[in-house]
Amino acid sequence: MVMVQTEDLCKSFGELHVLRDVSVTVQQGEVICIIGPSGAGKSTFLRSLNQLETINSGKIFIEEQLLLHRENNATIARAGKDDFKSLLLQMGMVFQSFNLFPHKTVLENITLAPQQVKNTPKAQANELAGVLLEKVGLAEKAGEYPSRLSGGQQQRVAIARALAMEPKIMLFDEPTSALDPELVGDVLAVMKQLAAEGMTMLVVSHEMGFAREVADKVLFMADGIVAEEGPPEVLFTNPQNPRTRQFLNSVLPQ
Amino acid sequence: MQGFFEWFQVGWDKIWGWMPALMESTAVTLELTAASVSTAVVLGVFLALGKINKNGVIRRLSAAYIFFFRGTPLMLQLYFVYYTLPDILHKLFDGSSLEFIATGPLSMQSRFFAAFLAFSLNIAAYLAEIIRAAIQSIPKGQMEAARSLGLTYGQGMRLIVIPQAYRRMMPPVCNEFVMVLKDTSLVAIIALMDLTFQTKQIAALRSSELVYIPAMIIYLILSGVFTLIFNKLEKKLAAHE
Repeated sequence: MVMVQTEDLCKSFGELHVLRDVSVTVQQGEVICIIGPSGAGKSTFLRSLNQLETINSGKIFIEEQLLLHRENNATIARAGKDDFKSLLLQMGMVFQSFNLFPHKTVLENITLAPQQVKNTPKAQANELAGVLLEKVGLAEKAGEYPSRLSGGQQQRVAIARALAMEPKIMLFDEPTSALDPELVGDVLAVMKQLAAEGMTMLVVSHEMGFAREVADKVLFMADGIVAEEGPPEVLFTNPQNPRTRQFLNSVLPQ
Repeated sequence: MQGFFEWFQVGWDKIWGWMPALMESTAVTLELTAASVSTAVVLGVFLALGKINKNGVIRRLSAAYIFFFRGTPLMLQLYFVYYTLPDILHKLFDGSSLEFIATGPLSMQSRFFAAFLAFSLNIAAYLAEIIRAAIQSIPKGQMEAARSLGLTYGQGMRLIVIPQAYRRMMPPVCNEFVMVLKDTSLVAIIALMDLTFQTKQIAALRSSELVYIPAMIIYLILSGVFTLIFNKLEKKLAAHE
């Protein structure tokens, strides 16, 4: 099944065209890494998918159902209210700056949305949170406040929090960019495990090692377009687009 | 000098006799302050949310409200609520099926209610700006995270943003509370027996001007106690940081 499909997404902030006709297709279980220089529109693309940004034009399909179709900054069609909500819930998001809720404990961070959005009973939400914390290796931190955790631990809680809504697609927006280098590994390990379990993932990242190892496909974005895409072994070793080559030369150790 | 001590002694003895009356009116001051400020906080949250609302009409209405109540003297607002508003309502609704509006609490049979209403509406306008600033000081990522988890804007505000904004608004709200505590002395103009009005009555009728001294001390104690309470509250709310 095609989990995410976009057709000609355009988004501009005033005069600045951040996305220009971005069309991407993501199959179930695929891990897609999106790389590219800053300002290329990578984050905006992810944020457009789960409606943190509203596109100016284009179509977004989730699980082969139309989520939103806009042209000239006006909505042409969108999924019905309930469908819209449930399609959005298919996507979980992990942010560069974690965005954990500082006034809630780790456990409360994870159980809040299931209880509020899905009316999951507290006991059941707690149980699920326990399983997820175990999975990200932080079972003993359930009662702590986020400020007591390291960045890497916070990001793993954020992943658990997103997973608690049982999404089918995970969006990672530079999940390791704000971390000290020695903390990156733990977060990537969790992401690798997720990928191995068959989660459909869209990852904006500068972790070329992760992209090379885990990604099924790498998209290189520049100036709001997908300039090149392909399997990592091809894109990294034999890039066709001069922009890709230039970018890879600047980020990959020689 | 001898005369001074005698005068002071006599006056002071008289005042002790009036302590129960002073205490009673202190309760009025306290009740009015607490009731007005807590009502104003709730109203202020809605005004603040109105001011940052996407809807232009709601935004303008909130701004107009704030502009009006900050732009006119509290004393006139108090007069208006106590004298003018009941008249308007009587003229509008007497004899109609909506007569209960004119004969209900808004008929201002109760001076306390009039003062409470005027103060709540007024303080809300000042608190709205404080609350708006506190809400907007919470990083955008908090609401984004809430939305990405499927929470509605309202849930995000209620469960995530506003609880975090509480702590940041604590010092200015405390400041406002202490100001209101003193500003309530204005209710003398509608003859509500608060601490200030009572003091003035005692001074005038019982002929001892010394009564202003204990009145000031009572205000001072109240201000001090509330500052302490708010400081404690702020620390408690900061426990997770």
